[in-house]
Amino acid sequence: MGHAKLPRKSTHIDMTAMCDVAFLLLTFFMLATKFKPEEPVVVKTPSSISSIQLPDKDIMLLTVDTKGRIFFAIDNKVNRKALIEDINAVKSLNLSETEKNAFAIDASIGIPLNQLKSYLAAPPQQHSALEASAPGIPADTNALAPNNELADWIKSARNSNPKLRICIKADGDASYPSVSKIIKTLEGWKIFKFNLITNLKAIPPGTAAFTEANAGVKP
Amino acid sequence: MAELDTSGGGKKKGPGVKKGKKLSTRIDLTPMVDLGFLLITFFMFTTTLAKPKTMEINMPYKDPLMKDEEKNKIKNSVALTVLLSKSHRIYYYEGIGDDPNKQPDYKSTTFNQKNGIRDEIIAKKKMVDDLKRSGALTAKDNMTVLIKPDTTSTYSDLVNILDEMNINDIRVYAIIDISGVEQDNIKATEVANGIK
Repeated sequence: MGHAKLPRKSTHIDMTAMCDVAFLLLTFFMLATKFKPEEPVVVKTPSSISSIQLPDKDIMLLTVDTKGRIFFAIDNKVNRKALIEDINAVKSLNLSETEKNAFAIDASIGIPLNQLKSYLAAPPQQHSALEASAPGIPADTNALAPNNELADWIKSARNSNPKLRICIKADGDASYPSVSKIIKTLEGWKIFKFNLITNLKAIPPGTAAFTEANAGVKP
Repeated sequence: MAELDTSGGGKKKGPGVKKGKKLSTRIDLTPMVDLGFLLITFFMFTTTLAKPKTMEINMPYKDPLMKDEEKNKIKNSVALTVLLSKSHRIYYYEGIGDDPNKQPDYKSTTFNQKNGIRDEIIAKKKMVDDLKRSGALTAKDNMTVLIKPDTTSTYSDLVNILDEMNINDIRVYAIIDISGVEQDNIKATEVANGIK
């Protein structure tokens, strides 16, 4: 009895097409990517329907975590250098040139001024560990209070770059008083316009904003 | 595709001519694909494609030197005062509650989609519009929401209520400090409604 002979087929698959796709995607991601800035703490922002985009540059970011610790960051290396020069002169911190440069390359700051020198003297690899246990920048509801260091940071930052936009990125579970300290401090410096960073959520149907958003759209 | 045709041109070589060994030019692309996808994964995880969204807020201009007479008074009929309290509860009352003899009627609600604060805001807005139409209020009068978060409220409450302002197209609103009387009234309302 003869049995049917199956034709032997090659198991070799041509990978070229797959390779093309892989590298096409790779190119896309490489060009479209913008690395996430290093974040001092994990913050889960609340959602809103606002779809205004955060500007690319000239941002002052005030991060508030669940415990109400405040972290301060500005975006540009040159600006950071100018800021630390300013705060060093105003608060007479006696920072060395290396410490100032350490500040310029660091992402954010969340420690009181009296610990700033030792923090900046520490090797940069330890900074994120130190940030995790940092007490946050001391703030107060009165911008002129002597212990309101946040007010000093904001003032110096505005001096070094007047175009700075102020963004508050607070955790949804942060208590209102901790956020209120920032708002009051900003008001103390006559800053009444600022941004709150939120996630995007859908507009609930049947509301005024929903009608407006769908004004030109036919059902 | 990746391989080249290496079979001869079909022309028979003469005797004694040594045949070159036929080497396949077919390259195994699998490792290259692996590498490609590895890099894609890396870039996908580190990338921030969507820029964070922000909500712009304008606080009312405040000047400690401003005299009381210069401040704009809000009419009681257009105002809704919203008090934010613990565990995402909201207490609200009509008007601005400045009458020391008569305490406003505190009502309690939540951020729920149904029967929440949104329905109250919409109802109040309609009421103000009706009053405008009947001539009791001028066109310049806008519905005003006074937001007073207390010390037990969270930041998400604040963002939620500001978001409700955007959702319901309330143009005039302000974030104000809560007063001691209002704190006490919240407590009293909590007790009356059996909220712990």
